[in-house]
Amino acid sequence: MSTYSLSDGLASGAPRSSRAPLLATWLRDSGIGVLASVAWIALGLSCLWWEDVGDWSRTHSLGIAAFVIAAAALFGTVGADYLGSAGRALRQRAPWLVALGAFLTLWEVATAKFAWLPLPFFPPPQAIIEVYTDDLPKLLDSVIASVKLQLGGYIIGAAVGFLTGVSIGWSRAVGYWVHPVLRFIGPLPATAWLPIAFFTFPSSWSASTFLIALATGFPVTVLTWSGVASVSSAYYDVARTLGAKPSFLVLKVAIPAALPHVFVGLFMGLGSSFAVLVVAEMIGVKAGLGWYLQWAQGWAAYANMYAALIVMSLLCSGAITLLFAIRDRLLVWQKGTVKW
Amino acid sequence: MVAAAALAEPIVHPSVGAALDIEQVSHAFDIDGAALPVLDDVSISVEPGEFVALLGPSGCGKSTLLRLVAGLDKPKAGSLREDEARITRPHPSRVVVFQDPTLFPWRTVWDNVALGLEAQGILKSQRQRVDDALDLVGLASFRNAYPHQLSGGMAQRVALARALVNDPKILILDEPLGKLDSLTRITMQAELVSLWQRKGFTTLLVTHDAEEALVLAGRVIVFSERPARVKADIRVDRPYPRHRGDPYLADLRRQILGLLGLDATW
Repeated sequence: MSTYSLSDGLASGAPRSSRAPLLATWLRDSGIGVLASVAWIALGLSCLWWEDVGDWSRTHSLGIAAFVIAAAALFGTVGADYLGSAGRALRQRAPWLVALGAFLTLWEVATAKFAWLPLPFFPPPQAIIEVYTDDLPKLLDSVIASVKLQLGGYIIGAAVGFLTGVSIGWSRAVGYWVHPVLRFIGPLPATAWLPIAFFTFPSSWSASTFLIALATGFPVTVLTWSGVASVSSAYYDVARTLGAKPSFLVLKVAIPAALPHVFVGLFMGLGSSFAVLVVAEMIGVKAGLGWYLQWAQGWAAYANMYAALIVMSLLCSGAITLLFAIRDRLLVWQKGTVKW
Repeated sequence: MVAAAALAEPIVHPSVGAALDIEQVSHAFDIDGAALPVLDDVSISVEPGEFVALLGPSGCGKSTLLRLVAGLDKPKAGSLREDEARITRPHPSRVVVFQDPTLFPWRTVWDNVALGLEAQGILKSQRQRVDDALDLVGLASFRNAYPHQLSGGMAQRVALARALVNDPKILILDEPLGKLDSLTRITMQAELVSLWQRKGFTTLLVTHDAEEALVLAGRVIVFSERPARVKADIRVDRPYPRHRGDPYLADLRRQILGLLGLDATW
């Protein structure tokens, strides 16, 4: 029994001297939430307290929104115990809320209020919000155009790359012909094709699709191929003695075994296709976020550029998150080796 | 030399096993253009339902012989026959259990065991056989586990179930217990014997452990160094379950180790 005495003592001792620990626990759990609230109140005050140095229509709204967020942060973290998993999630992210509030306050003060940063190049937060509210249709059109172009090119490139990779990995004859071509053309950055692609293809849209597919296809091909080629021959031996035909060996042995490699290729392909997408839109296609960026630069609309950049990064990281979610579903048998 | 199936224990399905005839088989590997002989004029005749152990020094070519029996490779000379039919390619009637379980890591235990039926396109109508095979090796509760969640012994049991689900006529065991710890090994040796007795398939076991061969097999064939030739064909006329301390087996073991040139260590 003596081994239990320590925990017994703690359990019985806790209620007696409860006041000080309670305060400490409250501070630990909710202190950061209060701090987050303070940071956002500071943003609200900084918006409303001083006059803007320029002409921005959303300053007042931003201030009000900051107060609302401050209130939500306060009640959300203090009352997290009553909010279940949402409360826990909020409490976990509270330090980020503090950082974000502080950063926005600093940004607001440094731009809209005292113009410490040179003005047209560093617009205040309310200017960016203004873009999202007032220029929404154009921005949305650009987002849709970019997503369509990217998705079409990526899917074509991934599918072709996957099939080519499996074929090279499986068939010696295909490897003989395709491998040198791949060695020769693959390492060329897809953007180098841009000038040729734009006048050989019937439309700038099809040219861009081709370039995105090319940028995606190369890493997917190489990694699928190396995945198929590195499958242990013991797996094939096992399957063959159990009566497997060649089609079974490809579909049920080679491809599942190569899938972890394939996803690395899909990930790399996604990264390089983003680069091609933006460049293609800036140069040839008259739509999409790349074009929007270019257009905003032409009009010296710097707030629009920042707004478009934020949307772009959300889209790119969203796409990668989606890819990893699919991978985690398909490769549950694998322990998480690549983290995102 | 011709073996009579004088098995000490009654077999429930005496008709299940197939006869295996290895006739004057020689084989060689091509290594950088040079031929490296591994099997030299090997002839072995196995009766249906017999349990034969192939014993020899490491690297002597035993495993190569198993690959030929499985139909994974073709011999350079000689022929192999299963029930008079020449072996030219792998067939699910001759299933191999390798030293490594080589379970497919992307498949659950159940899906691994189902592999053979799936490959032959008969899984849909015969799912019960997978469950039965898992029951047979005592892993029904692990049906949804992935291979990385299993211990070495459990993984090898799954590999065994994956072989047995096909109701093989010849079970080919390539040192299947070689990598297991000694306790698991003893348990699984007993399980192997009882499975063989219940099912009645012909069993070919490659091992480099003389004791294992003597505890399990009705016949032990001793090979020479590479290129392997049959050095001795020893009948183990002892009822199952066999006792490791049996003086008769100890005597045979000494004899075998003598053949392998290891009598000094005894």
